[in-house]
Amino acid sequence: MREYTNVIVAYSIMILLIILVGVFQSWGIALSILNLCLISAVMTMGANIQWGYAGLINFGVMGYTALGGLAAVLVSVAPVEEAWSAGGINIIACLFIIIGMIFSIRYILKKFTKSKKRTYGIISLIVIGLVLLRLVSEPGIENIEAVDPAKTGFLGGLGMPILFSWIVGGFFAAGLAYIVGKVALGLRADYLAIATLLISEIVIAVIKHEDWLSRGVKNVIGLKRPVPYEIDLQNTPWFINLVEKFNSGKLKLINSVAERQDVLNQLVIDASSVYVKLCFAGMFLIVVIILLIITQKALYSPWGRMMRAIRDNEEAANAMGKNVVKEHLLIFILGSAVVGIAGAMMVTHDGLFTPGSYRPMRYTFLIWVMVIVGGSGNNFGAILGGFAVWFLWIEAAPIALFLINFFTSHLPETNVIKLHLIDSVPYFRFLMMGIGLLLIMRYRPKGIIPEKINIK
Amino acid sequence: MDFINAIVLLLNYIFVPALAYGSQLAIGAIFVTLIYGILRFANFATGDMMSFGTMVAILFTWYFQSIGISLGVLPTALIAIPFAIIFMILYMLTIDKLVFSYYRIKKSPPVQLAMVSIGVMFVTQAIVRIIIGPFDRRFFDGEKFILKATEFKEMTGLNEGLTVKSTQVITILITIILVSILFWFLNKTKTGKSMRAYSDNEDLALLSGIDPKKVVMITWIIAGILATIGGVLYGLDKSFKPFTYFNNMLPIFAAAIVGGIGNPFGAFLGGYVIAFAEILITYAYKKFFTYILPETLEPDSLIQLLSTDYKFAVSFSILVIVLLFRPTGIFKGRVL
Repeated sequence: MREYTNVIVAYSIMILLIILVGVFQSWGIALSILNLCLISAVMTMGANIQWGYAGLINFGVMGYTALGGLAAVLVSVAPVEEAWSAGGINIIACLFIIIGMIFSIRYILKKFTKSKKRTYGIISLIVIGLVLLRLVSEPGIENIEAVDPAKTGFLGGLGMPILFSWIVGGFFAAGLAYIVGKVALGLRADYLAIATLLISEIVIAVIKHEDWLSRGVKNVIGLKRPVPYEIDLQNTPWFINLVEKFNSGKLKLINSVAERQDVLNQLVIDASSVYVKLCFAGMFLIVVIILLIITQKALYSPWGRMMRAIRDNEEAANAMGKNVVKEHLLIFILGSAVVGIAGAMMVTHDGLFTPGSYRPMRYTFLIWVMVIVGGSGNNFGAILGGFAVWFLWIEAAPIALFLINFFTSHLPETNVIKLHLIDSVPYFRFLMMGIGLLLIMRYRPKGIIPEKINIK
Repeated sequence: MDFINAIVLLLNYIFVPALAYGSQLAIGAIFVTLIYGILRFANFATGDMMSFGTMVAILFTWYFQSIGISLGVLPTALIAIPFAIIFMILYMLTIDKLVFSYYRIKKSPPVQLAMVSIGVMFVTQAIVRIIIGPFDRRFFDGEKFILKATEFKEMTGLNEGLTVKSTQVITILITIILVSILFWFLNKTKTGKSMRAYSDNEDLALLSGIDPKKVVMITWIIAGILATIGGVLYGLDKSFKPFTYFNNMLPIFAAAIVGGIGNPFGAFLGGYVIAFAEILITYAYKKFFTYILPETLEPDSLIQLLSTDYKFAVSFSILVIVLLFRPTGIFKGRVL
C-alpha cells in the first residue's frame, strides 16, 4: 500500500484543486477544466505509451489529434448529396488511382531486382500518377467546393452517431502512424523528433487547405452531440423538477411567485450546462478508465517488460531475439491511435472542428510537458501530468494576475509597467509551463510520480 | 523580347525573393547546426531565440528613432543590431549557465537536452510576448525600394518590371559578409579550429588541451550573433511577429538537416535549397509560359505545381525525402 500513498495524495490534491475552482469560481468552469483534463489525460497516455514504454519521441501529437478530429467530422456530419453528385465520382476515381499506384509500385518492387531502370520506372509511374490525379481531381474539387460554399462546400460525412468517431479517429491516427513509422522510425532520436514534428505540420496543412474534405479554415460547426442539449433540458419537466428538488431550501425563502419562477429559471439554465458537462465528464472518465486498465495490464505483462528492455538497451533486446523494428512500429501505432481517440473526443466535446486552431505549442509541446512533468513510463503519472498541467494552463492567468497585483501593490494604478504587465497576463502561462518543465527536469527528472519497476 | 520578359518575370518573382528568404533561412540553419555540432542537441528554442534578439533590436530601434538617430536611406535597425547582439549573448550565456550547463556536465543524452530546450522555448516565448506583445510589428524605415517596377520598365522598355527591395539587398549582402567571416573564423583561426576539433571528437579535443568552457562560450556568442542578425533581417524584410518566428523554426530545421546537420556549409546551402524549392514549386507559371510559348500553345490553367497554401509543406516533404534516402543530408553531416 505504501507505494501508492504518493499517487493517492497527488490525485487527492488535484481533485481538491478542481473542487476549489468549483467553489470559488463556478461549477461550470470547474467541470470544463475537468473535461479537458480528462481529454489531456488520454493524449498523455498515448504519448506515454510511445515515450515512457518504448523511448520513442513523437512530436507529431498535433497531427494525430487533428486526424481524430477529422474523423469526428467525417463520421457525424450528414452526407452532402449534392456535393457527392457534383464531384464524388472524381474523388472515388482518385482513390482508385492512388490504390492502383501503390499496388503497381509494390508489384514492380517485388518483381524486378534493384536497378537504375526500376528506379526510373517507379519515378515515372509516380509522376504520371500525380498528373493523372491532378487532372481527375481538379474539376471534381471545384464542383464540390462550389456547392453552397457558405454552408457546406464539402463532401460531408456518413451521418452516423459521433461516438463511432472515437474508434474511427483511433484507426485514422493508427493508419497515419503506420506510414510515418515506416518512413521515420529508423532515425535517431532527435531526428525522429524533428521529422515527426514536420510531418504533423504537413498533415495540418492538408486538413487546412483541402476544403472538399474538411471544409478547411471555414471550420465545421454544429456537430451533433452524444449528450442532450442545454436548451432541450431547460424545457424538460423531469429536469426542472430535479433542479427544484435540489434547491428547494433556497426557493422556499423567496416569497413572491414571480420572483421564485425567475430564480428557478436561472437555476435551471445553470444546472443544464453543468448537467451536460457532467455527462461529458462521465463518458470521458469511462474512456480514461478503460485505457488505464488496458495500458496498466500491458505495462506489467511480458510484452511491457520486453518494451522496457528495448527502451533501456536496444542492442541487448535485439540480441535476445526481439524484433526491435517491428515492436517500435507497433507501439508507435498504438500510442498514436490513443492520441487519435483523444482528438475525436476533443472535437466531440467542443462540437466544432477548427483546423486553424491546431498549433504545435498547444497540441504537441504542451502534451510533452504533461508527460515529462507527470512521470514518463507511469500511467498514473502521465494522467496526473495531464490534469496538473492543464489545470495550471487554464488557471495561470488568474494566478499571474494575483501575483502581479500583489507585487505591484505599492505602485499607483496608472503605473505604466503595472498596466503593461496586467495586459500581458495571458502570456504568463507560457512562463509557468517553461519554468515548471525546467524545474521538474532538473530536480525530479522522472516526474511527479516516477516509474516504478517491481523486480521480484 | 518575350524571352527576356520571361527571364525578368522569373527573376522578379522567384530568384530575388528566394535569394533573400534563403539567406534568412541559411543564417538560422547555421545557428541550429552550430548548436547541434558543438553542444550536441537539437535546439527547439531556435525560433524564439531569434525573436528575442529581434525584439531587443526593435526596442533599440524605437529608442534611436525617438532621439532622432537614423541612417538616412538605410533602416535604423542596422545601428540597433550590435546592441541587440550584446543583450542576446548575455541572455544566451545566462540560459546556458542556468539550464544547459548542468546537463552538459552530467553528459545527459541529447534527447534530454532537446526536452530542456523546449522549456527554454516556453520561457523565451513568454518573455518576448510579455515585453513586446504578440502583435505584428513593422520596424523598417528608410528607403523601401532600390529598383521599382515602373522605373525598370521605363529603363528597359520591357513589359515586365523588376522590383528590388532594399531589405532584400541588405539581407543578401549581410549574409555574404557574415557567412564569409564565420567560415574564415572556423577554418583559419585557432579558436575556430579548436571548435571544429571539439565537435569532431570531444575526448580527443580535451586531451589536446582545448578548454571546453571556452569552446562552449564562443559557440553561444556566435549563436547569439547569428540569431540576432538572422531574426532582424527576416523582420526587416517581412515583419516581426513572435508566432511567425516560432513557426520559422520548422523550415530552418529542414534547411539544417537537408544540408547535413553539424555541417555549417551544408546548412548555408540548405537554406537556399529550401527557399528555392518552396518558391519554385508554389509559383504559378502561367505568365511565364505565355511569354515563351507560341500563342497557339498558351496554357489555360495556372500551371502551379502546388497551391501556395502548401509552402511550408513543400520544405517538410523535401526534408522527409532527404531523410529517407540520405539521412546524413545532401552534404555529409558532422564535419563542423
